Amino acid sequence: MAKMTLEDLRKLREKKQNELNKRDINGKDCQVIIGMGTCGIAAGAKVVLDTFLKVLDEHKITNVAVTQTGCMGLCYVEPTVEVLVPGMPDTIYGKVDADTVRKIVVQHIIDKKLVADHVYDRPSADIIKNGGR
Amino acid sequence: MAFRNYILVCGGTGCESSRADQIFKNLIAECEAQGVADEVQIVKTGCFGFCEQGPIVKILPEDSFYVQVKPEDAKELVAEHIVKGREVKRLLYDKEKSAKHAQVEDIKFYQKQFRIVLRNCGFIDPENIDEYIAREGYEALEKVLFEMTPDDVIEEMKTAGLRGRGGAGFPTWMKWNFTKQAEGDVKYVVCNADEGDPGAYMDRSTLEGDPHSVLEAMTICGYTIGAHQGYIYIRAEYPLAIHRLEVAMKQAREYGLLGKDILGSGFDFDIEIRLGAGAFVCGEETALLQSIEGHRGMPTPRPPFPAVKGLWGKPTVINNVETWANVPVIITKGSKWFSQIGTADSKGTKVFALTGKVCNSGLVEVPMGTTLREIVFDIGGGIAHGKKFKAVQTGGPSGGVITERDLDTPIDYASLQRIGSMMGSGGMIVMDEDDCIVDVAKFYLNFTVDESCGKCAPCRIGGRSLCNILEKITRGSGTLEDIDRINEISLAMKKGSLCALGQTSPNPVLSTLKYFPEEYMAHIVDKKCPSGKCKKLISFEINPAKCIGCTACARKCPVGAITGEKKQPHTINPAVCIKCGVCKETCKFGAVEIH
Repeated sequence: MAKMTLEDLRKLREKKQNELNKRDINGKDCQVIIGMGTCGIAAGAKVVLDTFLKVLDEHKITNVAVTQTGCMGLCYVEPTVEVLVPGMPDTIYGKVDADTVRKIVVQHIIDKKLVADHVYDRPSADIIKNGGR
Repeated sequence: MAFRNYILVCGGTGCESSRADQIFKNLIAECEAQGVADEVQIVKTGCFGFCEQGPIVKILPEDSFYVQVKPEDAKELVAEHIVKGREVKRLLYDKEKSAKHAQVEDIKFYQKQFRIVLRNCGFIDPENIDEYIAREGYEALEKVLFEMTPDDVIEEMKTAGLRGRGGAGFPTWMKWNFTKQAEGDVKYVVCNADEGDPGAYMDRSTLEGDPHSVLEAMTICGYTIGAHQGYIYIRAEYPLAIHRLEVAMKQAREYGLLGKDILGSGFDFDIEIRLGAGAFVCGEETALLQSIEGHRGMPTPRPPFPAVKGLWGKPTVINNVETWANVPVIITKGSKWFSQIGTADSKGTKVFALTGKVCNSGLVEVPMGTTLREIVFDIGGGIAHGKKFKAVQTGGPSGGVITERDLDTPIDYASLQRIGSMMGSGGMIVMDEDDCIVDVAKFYLNFTVDESCGKCAPCRIGGRSLCNILEKITRGSGTLEDIDRINEISLAMKKGSLCALGQTSPNPVLSTLKYFPEEYMAHIVDKKCPSGKCKKLISFEINPAKCIGCTACARKCPVGAITGEKKQPHTINPAVCIKCGVCKETCKFGAVEIH
């Protein structure tokens, strides 16, 4: 890289800050936990995980930690994803694919509304109907 | 590129020597083999500070803290943690708790710490300038070059109240100001990285974990005092720190953060490394400057101080690594923020290298004013193997011991001096009941006698004489007059020595004499060593009531001093015994006793 000006340094810092912030766990108040047991992986959990990382990045969301866990026991609706967002009920989504991931990010994480047709556990029926409100 | 997991592998010298580099390589190979290489970033960072439990591997975002990891564990870590999302319990520091709870913040070792100097150690890759820049790196330089005048910087440093972290605690702004005001068109900036206190390694770890912080600070100082050349004087026995500094300097030059016309500001500054051969006296600033100039490392009388007449006779600022590492943070976060941390006369934090008979040895950064009890018992986890606390040696061979009585003293420059020790560079060696205090004093004196440059008589002759007296006492031929001799010689050394090495080397003797007079008396009057360390004063005997005649000790004895029939009590022949203590370690029944 050539010598930088003040402007270049600031731009580089901003760009790198975003990248490094993802590593920092402080301030990550939301969690996306992907069930990656054998059943989940066979049903496509790997794609789900990759898509989550991609979509979160596209929306420049930095307060979400994407982690994985083993089988959640809902093998009949794999891949399953648990989403924990403050102010929202803890939710387990089932039959998640790449499109559902986009919905979860936009609707659940950004707009704070449940993606009703994929909810498989936790919030009771009346909460689902009201979209989590 | 988005990563889902980050694996941070400690790349400090401590962990590297426990094969951390192999762990790093194995993790990369395993991630490739298991098809997750694109999703995981593996970073080799600086020292985490938790050296007792090294090598350390930390995996984010779960914040799993793996300790005592071996290269063979890489496969399991990748297969279990990364691929399947299951923590490898057996390697976790806190095995009882799951990832959600056992976060680094919960480990007691880190709870009372406050990290300024070590802010980036264990988080960024020290060989990647981009990561430093992302953590507000070179923001201070930016601010100084484009928004502040040299006087503004001096004022900011004055308000911050930063004092030198290398030993004497001289206010940093005053050094800078003297040099700035000194006449001369050529001036120099020097970093003292000649860390030499036994047990101290904070400067090495800072350079290994965050080299850019020192480069940035030196450049800021150069701008402030009007210097265009800096030197880092570092001992050749720190190869990893030297390597990381070289990488950092190369990257900074490529980015235009070192060299001509930095960031287009018109200001030129560059830095060179000078390697020392590891002489303790070269940590003394005038001796260090002599060594940089290519002369033998010997102190010169002060005044003139380096601020007036330093390197090649030119005005020179010389600060220690830890002091430098504070500077960028003071500029970015502001002097007000910094001056709120610490005590009235000592601002900010201090890094201590906690070693000796303590459970968690490692690097510890705490706000000034933290008590010794918090450091040794809360952070350090207390004395290892359930033994009783005896004392802490601070300030290395220039400092003194601190006993139970002063454990609750808040630590700062003044309070440590009041209780007969000093801040020094921050080595902290914990001693337990098994350590003989006269032996400890002798150890430090032996060290300073070895390291004395020999230029002035008080240090050269005084140190040797003190050492001889202590040797005599530990052999059991000491007399009460020897105590007076110790005091006389010490006084002469303090008054007459040319540099701090000679002036302070009697300190360990004087302070142990002050706090443990009864132990000196036991050696001199009763001819006994209460801790059983001084070989001339002890004898090993087998208690016939406890000995079952298993012959284990007799087989281990290197000189064949132990005899006896099987299943009959054994005896030690004192004429043959070399008092190595192997029999005592071997005996499972506690039958070997020291008298």
